[in-house]
Amino acid sequence: MEDLLAARMQMAVSLGFHIIFSCIGMAMPFLMAISGYKYLQTRQQVYKDLTKAWSVGVAIFFAVGAVSGTVLSFELGLLWPTFMAHAGPIFGMPFSWEGTAFFIEAIALGLFLYGWDRLHPWVHWSAGVVVGLSGVASGIFVVAANGWMNAPAGFDWVNGQAENIDPVAAMFNDAWFSQALHMTLAAFVATGFAVAGLHAILLLKNRDNIFHRKALRIALTVGAVAALLQPLSGDISAKDVAERQPAKLAAMEAHFETSQPAPLVLGGLPDEDKKVVNYAIRIPGMLSFLAHGDFKAKVTGLDAFPPEEQPPVLVTHIAFQVMVLSGMLMAAIGLLYFLLSWRLPHLLRRNWFLWIVALATPLGFIAVEAGWTVTEVGRQPWIIYGIMRTSDAVTAMPGLAVSFYLFTGVYLLLALILVWLMKRQISTLPEKYPSANLKEYVTVH
Amino acid sequence: MLLVVILFLALSLLAYVLFGGADFGAGIIEVFSGRITRKTITHAIAPVWEANHIWLILIVVILFMGFPLIYAQMSLYLHIPLVVLLLGVVLRGTAFTFRHYDAIQDRSQIYYSFVFKLSSLVAPFFLGVITGALILGRIDQEAVTFYEAYIAPWFHGFSFVMGVFTCCLFAFLAAIYLVGEAETQAIKAHFLRIARNANIATVLAGGAVFLVAEWSGLPLGRMFWHSTAAFIAVVTATLSLPVLWWSLLKEQVVFPRLLAGFQTLLILGAWFWEQFPVFLQYADGTYLSLVEHAAPEATLRQLGLALIVGSLLILPGLFYLMKTFKAKRTVIKDRA
Ligand code: HDD
Ligand code: HEM
Ligand code: HEM
Repeated sequence: MEDLLAARMQMAVSLGFHIIFSCIGMAMPFLMAISGYKYLQTRQQVYKDLTKAWSVGVAIFFAVGAVSGTVLSFELGLLWPTFMAHAGPIFGMPFSWEGTAFFIEAIALGLFLYGWDRLHPWVHWSAGVVVGLSGVASGIFVVAANGWMNAPAGFDWVNGQAENIDPVAAMFNDAWFSQALHMTLAAFVATGFAVAGLHAILLLKNRDNIFHRKALRIALTVGAVAALLQPLSGDISAKDVAERQPAKLAAMEAHFETSQPAPLVLGGLPDEDKKVVNYAIRIPGMLSFLAHGDFKAKVTGLDAFPPEEQPPVLVTHIAFQVMVLSGMLMAAIGLLYFLLSWRLPHLLRRNWFLWIVALATPLGFIAVEAGWTVTEVGRQPWIIYGIMRTSDAVTAMPGLAVSFYLFTGVYLLLALILVWLMKRQISTLPEKYPSANLKEYVTVH
Repeated sequence: MLLVVILFLALSLLAYVLFGGADFGAGIIEVFSGRITRKTITHAIAPVWEANHIWLILIVVILFMGFPLIYAQMSLYLHIPLVVLLLGVVLRGTAFTFRHYDAIQDRSQIYYSFVFKLSSLVAPFFLGVITGALILGRIDQEAVTFYEAYIAPWFHGFSFVMGVFTCCLFAFLAAIYLVGEAETQAIKAHFLRIARNANIATVLAGGAVFLVAEWSGLPLGRMFWHSTAAFIAVVTATLSLPVLWWSLLKEQVVFPRLLAGFQTLLILGAWFWEQFPVFLQYADGTYLSLVEHAAPEATLRQLGLALIVGSLLILPGLFYLMKTFKAKRTVIKDRA
């Protein structure tokens, strides 16, 4: 494997792995806080047990998130030393604040996990909320750093050197807000749907179980609210990308030729040599509207960029379609949930609904991975958009394929162990928590 | 602000050696004592290891934001030991957590323990190797072969002795800490024994570091000899060892910990002082310096600000965390 390719793949695998734990770290504490709040309000044992059961999962995932994040902070240098030598002082600021957020998160997590009977209940509950708040803060900080790679700001580039560095302007770059908003919502969508799906699967086996139903209700409500907001935030992102990275937008939409008005290309397989999209549906004028808010606006196509500055179209386009499709499906499920639970009692006991939620388990994380693929591959060939090429940033150390296989192997192994550990946690729920056996029989027509 | 940033870098290094080091050391101790210590070790480090580990992240962030060239060059030439260190960190954190939280206690515990112990040795060893390589002066920007560029800088007796020294020091710190955490007299006696052995090993390994440095043409010994401050620091650290032992045998808990921390501060401080401002030594005699190769002032100002504000937020929290879990053993006793 060529070194540059190995480096890019290793970065992608490490980030794709880490982001799963980041999402859980951001959203899960809030699910626990909701359930903990209900316990403190109602004193029903089932909410306490649920909070505890979830917190074991969080402790395990948090550790994997922490170590995979540590790997990343070294990997930026191990794989991209030239990039870091220039970018560190410019985009480092969010990372320096992130350090504080990590510390607060780890301290609060320690208090939350081990302080059940040692702290005042509300102090303990607040520690859980602090875990979530600092998780979201660290997510926002690091995404602001990524935003800088998409929308470089806060320096002048003179003869291959950065001058007049302004880290504050770099942090609040043009991309930070839309990306941070979209990512934060994504964490709640992905975690909410994954947790809801898991409990729906367990309910399908054991339909009258109160424990899983309470869990499902909390997770699905959070996931559904976020899923309904996500397309709005995605629209902000798309308009933003159209402004700052027209080449990325063109690749996402497989928009080969500049046109006015421009149609929206749904699905299809882009053929990068012939510059056409096969098997696609086209909605006239729609892309003009989505990108610029005007059905007649001109949308820049890939033809406006020299070939060596065009991102890969096939991967970017497909990833974008996958994200949007998953997003639309989840938004639809969310809408269904809210409309039906209002009209239809015992919705969460109906097999067909449980099946839908169960099938949606991976959708949120699929969307997250796809979305990041859009952002990162769509930025190519640049590591800092318009400033530095990825191929100029890679380390001189040869043989990177070895470390790529090594880390991929370790992550694969960890992922397998995690699945196995979760199964074991679930299988012991009934012995550990009496309320996990509680049932409530209701006839559903 | 440069001074503030350097001060935080030094403090984070010290904190990582003390707290992260005690965590690693607990794993090393398990290698030599097996099952009997496992419960104490798990109880002692489970609530705090994640917080302790963040000092390492802080070091990395200070380096890449404040001293980008140093970070880039060490990532380039010390790629291989850094990757091994990272694998150690990953495997250790996950194996420890899996062992602690796995819902079913069966044969898998053996594998978790094995990985935990192995990586508890590998990670600090390579931490020492990397530290050694930074001062050894075999990093060569003109190197042509793979061996010269990426292996020779760290594959050397001096780095390996530094690795051994780091492991011994960490085990020593952990033992001193764990003596105060032991649940029974038998376990306490066990940790005291380990602390004694680790203490001897650390002093010997420390001596070996100077010897091997001398053989390798590294004037480490002379550097310490010629600076009064460094000399006094090292002598004080050594001479206070009997005090440490006296207080340990008197069954004091807090004082020995503070003293061991103070001794580490003296040794690290002396070394940092001697090295300063050199951080990465090249083969041709030039070096990367914390002063000359720092980021522009605008960056340092933001970094320093984040560190100052951050520590104001963090320190009370850390203190509260430690305090909450100090009351632990009395609670357990009450229940039992
Ligand atoms: C649950 C996850 C999820 C869902 C349902 C969606 N997205 Fe998304 N999307 C992400 C998760 C995500 C992400 C993984 O979080 C990304 C990667 C970078 C970022 O900021 O967010 C992203 C990036 C991203 C970008 C590129 C942003 C950039 O490069 O700055 C655009 C234009 C959209 N999304 C648009 C949408 C639209 C129109 C959606 C309609 C339903 C949508 N996303 C649903
Ligand atoms: C703040 C967060 C992030 C930072 C700082 C970051 C940084 C980087 C860097 C430096 C590269 C290598 C250079 C390049 O290819 O342009 C890269 C590539 C990549 N990253 Fe990210 N990234 C972030 C988030 C993510 C996430 C969460 C994912 C999730 C999947 C991801 C997926 C990828 C992929 C797929 C590539 C390879 C792109 C290619 O080379 O074609 N990134 N990222
Ligand atoms: C979009 C991408 C990213 C997001 C949203 C994100 C978010 C998070 C979150 C929420 C955590 C908390 C830990 C957890 O809950 O498991 C975390 C941990 C961590 N992340 Fe990321 N991260 C991203 C990418 C990165 C990158 C590119 C780096 C390195 C440069 C990084 C470094 C770390 C580190 C070091 C930790 C461990 C902190 C600890 O020990 O608690 N992350 N990340």
